[in-house]
Amino acid sequence: MATMTMIEAIRSALREEMARDERVVALGQDIGQLGGVFRATDGLLKEFGADRVFDMPLAEGVIAGSALGLAVSGLVPVAEIQFLGFTHQAFHQIAPQIARYRYRSQGRYNAQVTIRTPFGGGVRTPELHSDAIEAQFVQAPGLKVVMPSNPYDAKGMLLEAIRDPDPVLFCEPLRGYRLVKGEVPEGDYTVPFGQSRVTREGSDVTLVAWSAAVQLAERAAERLAEEGIEAKVLDLRTLVPLDVEGLVSAVESTGRCVVVHEAPLTAGFGAEVVATLQEEAFYSLEAPVARVAAPDTPYPIASIEDYYVPSVERVVDAVRRTVSAK
Amino acid sequence: MTAQPTADDPKTEAELDLESKQEDVERSFAGPGERLEILSPDGTVRPGTEAPMSTEQVRDALRWMMLSRTVDVRAISLQRQGRMGTFSAVRGQEASVVGSSFALDPARDWIVPQYRELPGVVRHGFPLDGYLLYWMGNPAGGRVPDGVKVLPLQIALAAQLPHAVGLGWGLKLQGSESVVATYFGDGASSEGDSHEAMNLAGVMRAPVVFFLQNNGWAISTPRTKQTAAANFASRAEGYGFPGVIVDGNDLFAVYAAMREAVERARTGGGPTLIESQTYRMGAHNTADDPTRYMEPVELSGWDERDPIRRVTAWLRSQDAWDDDAEREMQAGIDRQVDEAIESAEAFAPPNPEQIYTHVYADPPERLRAQQRAALDSH
Repeated sequence: MATMTMIEAIRSALREEMARDERVVALGQDIGQLGGVFRATDGLLKEFGADRVFDMPLAEGVIAGSALGLAVSGLVPVAEIQFLGFTHQAFHQIAPQIARYRYRSQGRYNAQVTIRTPFGGGVRTPELHSDAIEAQFVQAPGLKVVMPSNPYDAKGMLLEAIRDPDPVLFCEPLRGYRLVKGEVPEGDYTVPFGQSRVTREGSDVTLVAWSAAVQLAERAAERLAEEGIEAKVLDLRTLVPLDVEGLVSAVESTGRCVVVHEAPLTAGFGAEVVATLQEEAFYSLEAPVARVAAPDTPYPIASIEDYYVPSVERVVDAVRRTVSAK
Repeated sequence: MTAQPTADDPKTEAELDLESKQEDVERSFAGPGERLEILSPDGTVRPGTEAPMSTEQVRDALRWMMLSRTVDVRAISLQRQGRMGTFSAVRGQEASVVGSSFALDPARDWIVPQYRELPGVVRHGFPLDGYLLYWMGNPAGGRVPDGVKVLPLQIALAAQLPHAVGLGWGLKLQGSESVVATYFGDGASSEGDSHEAMNLAGVMRAPVVFFLQNNGWAISTPRTKQTAAANFASRAEGYGFPGVIVDGNDLFAVYAAMREAVERARTGGGPTLIESQTYRMGAHNTADDPTRYMEPVELSGWDERDPIRRVTAWLRSQDAWDDDAEREMQAGIDRQVDEAIESAEAFAPPNPEQIYTHVYADPPERLRAQQRAALDSH
């Protein structure tokens, strides 16, 4: 085991899989010579050459769309879209084309395409770089939406994504790229999709989160423990497929739940979590399920983003209300 | 007021109006660049050119063109009887589609279609009954048989172009000599995907032929509202590869231009944009009413440039065609189309379970639960 940052874990997955499977190719803006704006692909061009690592024209639509064609040709493309907020320019290729190619062709063709893309706030980026629009892709049947929160998951889930015969949107928490460190095994392992994980045990309330919001929930749980409130933290890890059983069981064990995400409140994936709990765990709930999310506004200018992105204080407040509700 | 012909001016106002509208139609296609033309509307080969296909090939191509027109007529009739969903006819574009497909080798080349290329994709191996089944609303018709190098029909216009580029580029990376031909129209050329795809194809020197069928109309929107440029082919210069204009109603010109483009792609010369200037001799599809935006003259003006008529005229001039031959070929086509319709209609109707199949290789438990619940309640 080695201690790695998120970005190192992602790079190690890419390197190992490109070495293991010569069909795997990487494409995206600035991923070759520069090694990616966050260096996720650093060294790949040198190691695997210009026939496997491609600096692409600045055009998200054709990065995604040509990845589908590469997959049909027999290659296994891993595309990078520089920021999730830039996938707006590629949404028409990802949702109605890549996601449903298996369906439209009645199984003749599948899109073994991985699209890696960082997202999330708190690092003072310019407009559109931070947008948390993962829920938009949950409404694209055929696509899997994967949200690793730590280096172990990042490597194991990226290997799983590249080998998945179906397309995967792999969202990377950019705030955690260098901040979040953890133990990562050398060599090959995968983390299966659709299995949530309890990252902290607690009996009073369950905090449900994914990606960078997991660390936020864990910090809030530490603060709450000082007040005598024991919070369980559940990392969903993947939104599609959703681990309904794991979610329900984690919430039933505490009877109370707060969902935390960086996306705007209305129709964020938290709404789906709440609806699922209402259907599957209603009689175990002792209080309404609360949501801590960004407001329904565009992502603000960087200097005031701390008032927008959910904070430890807001999570702690929501938990206090949920725990005291009769 | 109706003008009467006089000795000084033998033409009526109506006739003059018709001429002027025909000229308008002509002008909307004539670009400043050279347009490749070989077979004239009267069926003669233009001076200084020669037929690029053998008589046998031309007869074969004619059969595909006549098959296409027969399917159009039958499909529209089926649609009116409620036996077919919305259908887009090829009428008027037969030389464009068939001529271009004849330059492709179904054993190794790929077609990435839009949706108005019936004879091309069927010649390439997509079964006619499956094609009809798709438009009858049965999802099984959407399945391209294994081994047939055709991608699914595309409804989101121009979205197929990035796929074609990725496919061609990927095949080239794997050392293949396959060529990818992708079809789109004057309307689809306005989509961002069209620009992004051609640009990338140029950068990667992908073995792709962009076959733009300029049929004059995007539903009701005329070509002149898609672009202020004189033609579409000139865009290729901006992408760093050749662009050519052909008379799209001229089987020989289309075939010759496509053959050259395919050869260029196959030998590492990269992409080509072919603008095939043709004409949609009818409605956009069975739900469309072209009388709201087309003058009758705009259709009748194209009858004399009917792509089928000039091929049969050429064959007659070669003593390779007569009324008996035509009757015999048409009878064979009618039987083939009858059988395809019969086979499509005999296909098992879609099953509600098909809603849930082919979404994922391994459906998430949540989707499986939805499937169980939905099917239990029926």
